[in-house]
Amino acid sequence: MLGLDKKDTTLLIVVAVLALFAPFLLNPFPTESALAQFNAGYPDLMQRFVIFGIFAIGFNILFGLTGYLSFGHAAFLGVGSYAAVWMFKLLGYNVVPGIILSVIVAGVFALLIGFISLRRSGIYFSILTLAFAQMSFAMAYSVLTPITNGETGLQVYSSDNPLFQTATDPNVPHLFGLVMRESYTMKVGAWSFSFNNGYYLCAILMLVAFYISIRIFRSPFGLMLRAVKSNQQRMNYTGLSARPYTLAAFVISGMYAGLAGGLLASMDPLAGAERMQWTASGEVVLMTILGGAGTLIGPVLGAGFIKYFENIFSKINESTLHGWFSWLPDPIEDPLVWLLEHFIGGGWALTLGTLFMLVVIFLPGGLVEGGQRIGRLISGKSRGTEDETGKPAATSHPAE
Amino acid sequence: MGILEVKNVNKRFGGLQALGNVNLSVAENTVHAIIGPNGAGKSTLLNVLVGKLIPDTGSVMFDGKSVLGRAPYEINQMGISRVFQTPEIFGDLTVMENMMIPCFAKRDGAFELNPLASVGKQTDIVERAEQMLIDMKMIDKRHMHAASMSRGDKRRLEIGMCLSQQPRLLLLDEPTAGMARADTNNTIDLLKQIKAERDITIAIIEHDMHVVFSLAERITVLAQGTPLVEDTPDKIKGHPKVREAYLGESA
Ligand SMILES: Nc1ncnc2c1ncn2[C@@H]1O[C@H](COP(=O)(O)OP(=O)(O)O)[C@@H](O)[C@H]1O
Ligand SMILES: [Mg+2]
Repeated sequence: MLGLDKKDTTLLIVVAVLALFAPFLLNPFPTESALAQFNAGYPDLMQRFVIFGIFAIGFNILFGLTGYLSFGHAAFLGVGSYAAVWMFKLLGYNVVPGIILSVIVAGVFALLIGFISLRRSGIYFSILTLAFAQMSFAMAYSVLTPITNGETGLQVYSSDNPLFQTATDPNVPHLFGLVMRESYTMKVGAWSFSFNNGYYLCAILMLVAFYISIRIFRSPFGLMLRAVKSNQQRMNYTGLSARPYTLAAFVISGMYAGLAGGLLASMDPLAGAERMQWTASGEVVLMTILGGAGTLIGPVLGAGFIKYFENIFSKINESTLHGWFSWLPDPIEDPLVWLLEHFIGGGWALTLGTLFMLVVIFLPGGLVEGGQRIGRLISGKSRGTEDETGKPAATSHPAE
Repeated sequence: MGILEVKNVNKRFGGLQALGNVNLSVAENTVHAIIGPNGAGKSTLLNVLVGKLIPDTGSVMFDGKSVLGRAPYEINQMGISRVFQTPEIFGDLTVMENMMIPCFAKRDGAFELNPLASVGKQTDIVERAEQMLIDMKMIDKRHMHAASMSRGDKRRLEIGMCLSQQPRLLLLDEPTAGMARADTNNTIDLLKQIKAERDITIAIIEHDMHVVFSLAERITVLAQGTPLVEDTPDKIKGHPKVREAYLGESA
């Protein structure tokens, strides 16, 4: 279907069904129950799942396929957001022009940065991209204030007078009148599910982005990107020019980041420079590696995983912990709570760092590899002795 | 005029004259061996031919066109394929994928933006790669990770990848270095068969005299960066200067 083989079609359908029913799946606990804090089915968070999913899918096209680790992809996210907000200011609150322009502007910006950064590979490439992103971040705060509105962040003012904004149009981002922030709430017994317009727009675009990424993975172009990662020497002596391939991958992944940025602005019409900061660039690296770099579904899983736990862990506080462990005697409860409280709330970064280390050390293939291992355990095949390709892990190359 | 004409090539590395006034003419459809003791400049010469090194002076013409100043991928697209001393293949990819990449390079050129095409639907490429794997007797390994194969199989794959591009000149840098005797003989047989089956010029750098005398139609002896003699294998075997400079040493 759609030019995909059976396995890929199944994967796409599974992801589509999950995205479609996310409002149910993410809200398994009744609204008033104690477990409701683990629900994730509210619009703001669901939007972030799919938007950062898009960001990570795009990042994976560069990093997962070519092995070039960009540490500056947040710059494209930020540029996309600025482009979208400018469209709101100039044309009006319909999100279509903003989303289109965010992709184009990020693509052009990526072409520029990629052209220069790709003169180097390895760590030097990473540092160049990081330098460019930090420069963009610093400039957005300073000299570019007329475009970015500096520290305040770019937003739409009532004095803006957009070209196509009529009196009857909603005064918030909308898609031909469909207001992004509006939701339909469905109550079933003690449960409550909300279906948000913005989420569904983002989810549809995420599916399109995911579909295109599958096509890229299965294309001759994608094969060449994997060749870049595997052996550039052989590639050059096989009559292939590695540079335009990597540059094209860089631009495509920049456009994905721009789309994510444009969608962030379409959900909440505000763009700030902090979106371009290196921590944001680092986050998409973590998402991709945590989920499984170079796999199709890994980045989506990684993005969902990180955004979910970021949200949950930030909500838990000291008194929640005391509530959970009140059944323990005080001399145990107090030190335990003291220890754990470093990992919650603002300490989420500590948890993320620990998790990341554990994954890199014990599960280098990320969550996808974890899933495969569990799958093998369940299907009862011999475990441990086989790696992903199904050949014994101990095979060495006697001739070498 | 040979298909490859090297004229007055000099290359210095600091104080070391790696190549001094090298003249070499490789005739079309022959197997030409370049031999010489370690450090004679054989690899340096090969690197000049494929665009990895630019000589200080001199000219290198392939099929009447200069290769100097061109990038390795451009020289390959002109029709020169290179096999490395240690096999250079795409270790992370499957054997079939390895074989398809040069086929794509031959069909589509140095760069082709086709991110929405499907590899499986490029029937011409799939057929060509499969045929080459059959010729190389590796079709049963098509789904294997290339990195997990034996050294001999990697070498065979690399040669197959080069041949799939139908190059006019195939360059081999010590293709049997570090190989067991059996693998060496297999490689000799493979190269003989390749030569017998198609119009191709082969230039081979080799240390192993057994390989050289089994394959070569002409031999150039390089010593200290300069060609000593060039002749047929029989003449080379008996040449006093060669015995002194090279054969005597290794005998
Ligand atoms: N990149 C380089 N820089 C400096 N010296 C080099 C370089 N490459 C080769 N040489 C030197 O040039 C001489 C010829 O080397 P090479 O062509 O590798 O010899 P061969 O392949 O015949 O054994 C050697 O003395 C070697 O040390
Ligand atoms: Mg050498």
